[in-house]
Amino acid sequence: MPSLPAVVIPNFTAGGGGACESQNHLFCIDWVRRNWSGVLAPALGQHVVLTLIAVGIGFVLALGMALAAYRLTWLERPFGIGTAVLYTIPSLALFEILAPFFGPTRTTAEIALVGYTLLILFRNILTGLREVPAEVRDTARGMGMSPRQSLFRVELPLALPAIMAGLRIATVTVISLATVAAYICNQGLGAPIFTAINENVFKTELICAGGLAIMLAIVADLLLVGAQRLLTPWARSR
Amino acid sequence: MDIADTAQHEGPPSFAQAATLEFRNVSKRYPGSSQPAIADLSFEVPAGEVCVLVGPSGCGKTTAMRLVNRMIPLTGGDILLGGRSVLDRRPDDLRKEIGYVIQQIGLFPHLTIADNIATVPRLLGWDRQRMTQRTDELLVLIGMDPDEMRDRYPAQLSGGQRQRVGVARALAADPPLMLMDEPFGAIDPISRERLQDEFLRLQATVRKTIVFVTHDIDEAIKMGDRIAILREGGRLAQFATPAELLARPADEFVAQFVGADRALKRLALSTLADLRLIAPNGTPANGDRVALKTNVRDALSLLLAAGGRPLTVVDDGDRVAGLVTIDLIGRVLADSPPPARPVAP
Repeated sequence: MPSLPAVVIPNFTAGGGGACESQNHLFCIDWVRRNWSGVLAPALGQHVVLTLIAVGIGFVLALGMALAAYRLTWLERPFGIGTAVLYTIPSLALFEILAPFFGPTRTTAEIALVGYTLLILFRNILTGLREVPAEVRDTARGMGMSPRQSLFRVELPLALPAIMAGLRIATVTVISLATVAAYICNQGLGAPIFTAINENVFKTELICAGGLAIMLAIVADLLLVGAQRLLTPWARSR
Repeated sequence: MDIADTAQHEGPPSFAQAATLEFRNVSKRYPGSSQPAIADLSFEVPAGEVCVLVGPSGCGKTTAMRLVNRMIPLTGGDILLGGRSVLDRRPDDLRKEIGYVIQQIGLFPHLTIADNIATVPRLLGWDRQRMTQRTDELLVLIGMDPDEMRDRYPAQLSGGQRQRVGVARALAADPPLMLMDEPFGAIDPISRERLQDEFLRLQATVRKTIVFVTHDIDEAIKMGDRIAILREGGRLAQFATPAELLARPADEFVAQFVGADRALKRLALSTLADLRLIAPNGTPANGDRVALKTNVRDALSLLLAAGGRPLTVVDDGDRVAGLVTIDLIGRVLADSPPPARPVAP
């Protein structure tokens, strides 16, 4: 067997990898290479899961609440106040309030994150439905659509732009907030950020994890914009 | 629907249905209101005719129209469509059988023109091929190129085009009755006139029973086979043909509503071809000429402009049909129009 070319062996000696890391320079590419698959990629994956679950559950709850308040107007006030109160609780405090009940788990983090999506999603879905022009609702009924047919064929499709706008804000908000969730469940891109802070503010890790969170937010937003364009072809053909 | 109560006519087979519509002592009172919105309203619209509901704002004309498809529940009396009470039907089923056009048209902005037109057929569960065929047929009927318009969205259409698509959508499932609430109200005056003419040509083809609501007496006279004038409180002031309404207003309210120029409006209902013109009497006519198809009101205007001298009436082939004078027109007005055949039970 021919001898292998010299392999770059990471330096696991004290202080991490080389002068860059030991002197805590702004950005050490070697550290990123060594820790991508072990630290950053799993954290990114967890972050995506945290966000998807929170926005998914939040959307289902908010849609149910908005549909109820659309039919029964008196529900708007209690739902509006309830979601607004949830929205104003500082995130760290909310994690601490929930921790005794669900422990330092992902459940605790998700409950808090879902809470923050409700106000935005509830308001946007309800506003979208309310803004369906009265004459469009009138003709839907006048042509023989049942309330359910009118809702699914006319009102919800027309509320889509407002609903998608709400989803975009909620998603970006959750991606940002989910970094704090690592405080309670040690998951997501918040975990490497906390590690970096605890290790004398290790800049490379801090920048990488923070940068990934920002990029994730941008990518998620672009995906939602793309989805909206696909779902609302009528809105761009004016 | 009972066959005996529907009119079959010579129109294309895809527009076969029209039904009589009867208001029988209809009343509507809103809870908590001392005055009824509609009081004891009775009249009958024969199948295939346009009945215009007209009156000042607040007279209940739109309410009366919306009672027919039960968008507003009635509180007294009955409405019969093709001899059958609308109260016997599930509202959703009833509405699928009644074309519905409102002033704002209410096209669905998120659906293409084809999908808008196919709304009721889709609710009725037609298969795709039948819907496509029907949509194309209707687009042609309203003077649009199916290949060009089918996949557009309402926002890409002009106001007049949207209005026509609204009418096509209401016709899609060949309803025996159409309800139209100020369908030309939001259109500029010049386009409105063209759309009215277009609609009358369309109605000559499809021959639907139509309830047409407007506040504009001129539109009522132009569009209606019969006109129901309503006064405040939803009471019927007069139900008559346009000619009869103009010749013999039932009371002061109707006379005021149709206007002091009602004689002129009556003249506009007929053309010179409807008159017994004065024979040219051998002498070659050398006065000003006027076409036989001119309406009598415009002919009177021309006579006045000519200083009262007789005008020579010529047909399309420029052949002299006779003479018309101010005197002759005056005599036409003195004659009463034939009374409309009685329709109220």
